[in-house]
Amino acid sequence: MRALLLALLLALPAAARAEGMPQLDFKTPLTVSQVVWGAIIFALLYVIASRAALPKVGEVLEERAARIARDLEAARAAKEEADAAVAELTRATREAHAGAQAQIAESLGAAKARAAEQAATLNARLDSDIAAAEQRIHAARRAALGALGQVAGETAQAVVARLAAGTVAPDMVDRAVAAALAARRPQLA
Amino acid sequence: MAASSSSSIDALSQFQLHPSLGLIGASVNFTQSNLFMVIAGALVLALLYYGMRPRAMVPGRLQAAAELSYEFIQSMCVDTIGPEGRRFFPFVFTLFFFILFGNLLGVWPYDFTFTSHIAVTLAMALFVVCMVTVVALRLHGLHFFSYFMPAGVPKALAPLLIPIEILSYLSRIISLSVRLFANMMAGHVMLEVFGAFVVMLGSAGLLGIVPAGVSLAVNVALIGFEILVASLQAYVFAILTCIYLHDAVHLH
Repeated sequence: MRALLLALLLALPAAARAEGMPQLDFKTPLTVSQVVWGAIIFALLYVIASRAALPKVGEVLEERAARIARDLEAARAAKEEADAAVAELTRATREAHAGAQAQIAESLGAAKARAAEQAATLNARLDSDIAAAEQRIHAARRAALGALGQVAGETAQAVVARLAAGTVAPDMVDRAVAAALAARRPQLA
Repeated sequence: MAASSSSSIDALSQFQLHPSLGLIGASVNFTQSNLFMVIAGALVLALLYYGMRPRAMVPGRLQAAAELSYEFIQSMCVDTIGPEGRRFFPFVFTLFFFILFGNLLGVWPYDFTFTSHIAVTLAMALFVVCMVTVVALRLHGLHFFSYFMPAGVPKALAPLLIPIEILSYLSRIISLSVRLFANMMAGHVMLEVFGAFVVMLGSAGLLGIVPAGVSLAVNVALIGFEILVASLQAYVFAILTCIYLHDAVHLH
């Protein structure tokens, strides 16, 4: 519709001029004068815009871009700092952990060694006490066994003297006692 | 309003130029078209001045609008022309917002649309094409004329191709100017026609009420459409200027 109207307007320039299409009316000086004034106004607008108005806008935009870049940079630096601090913290924690572990192991080892030493001395003392006691028991038993033959011989002589009203040769008694003792030795030993 | 024979709707008188600003304006042929150019320019500068006055780190609404318009045109220049586009940014900015505010002002009732005059748009297109040519000549010297003979084309085609290329180069002036002028004019003619329908049918009695209402609805829709066209045509003019500048800077 628009195109049709346009074609009509352009296809009939003569008719349009006859009807008075004001845009093509060059009889009046206003058609050309508006172009001259238009050029002056446009040039003025261009000068004011390019010299004063637009640089101000550009300045503000650049300022903002710079501010944003600066803030981003600061944020990045702060993040790096924080990361370094966290790394330092982790390292220190790990170190402290390891140190504590070592100290625990060391004192544990020392305590174990001390305990083992104490146990060893105690055992040694107990062993020597036991050995001494056993020796004393041995000696006592030997003494007791040694006395047993004599007692038995004397008893046997006394029994014979009382029963048979005579005496017996002491070595015969001794031999009999010794044989009897020898027969029982396994039980006494 | 009613003419004698062919048409009873006078859709064209809205484009007539008058001297404005009283006697002083009349003495220097300062038209209402120029008055609206001044208003459009003042609005552009006011947007930039009042928008950027707070210089806030976090912009308010008006400052955001000013910054958005700046960045919109800057990215248009840089994306289309390349890094060299920064040099042309102030010009494209002025061009785009001059046309945009002129177009949008024209949608307002009783306002004059200076972009609906072929003389104005032709002057702008002529200036753009001349500037593009000067830029190309300054950057590439006489090598610029190789633009009319694309690389990789058989030499035998040159007699045919070179005139076509030159013609298409020159027709930029026509296409650039007529596109803007015709769009603005056609829109305003349609608004006037449907506005006249409303009045004529509305005063024609009971039968006319319904078609008059329809015409009014069409005009409401047309206003919205005109706002779209006003923005779109300003954008098209600016982006084509950028594309021509790209060609001038890079020679294809």
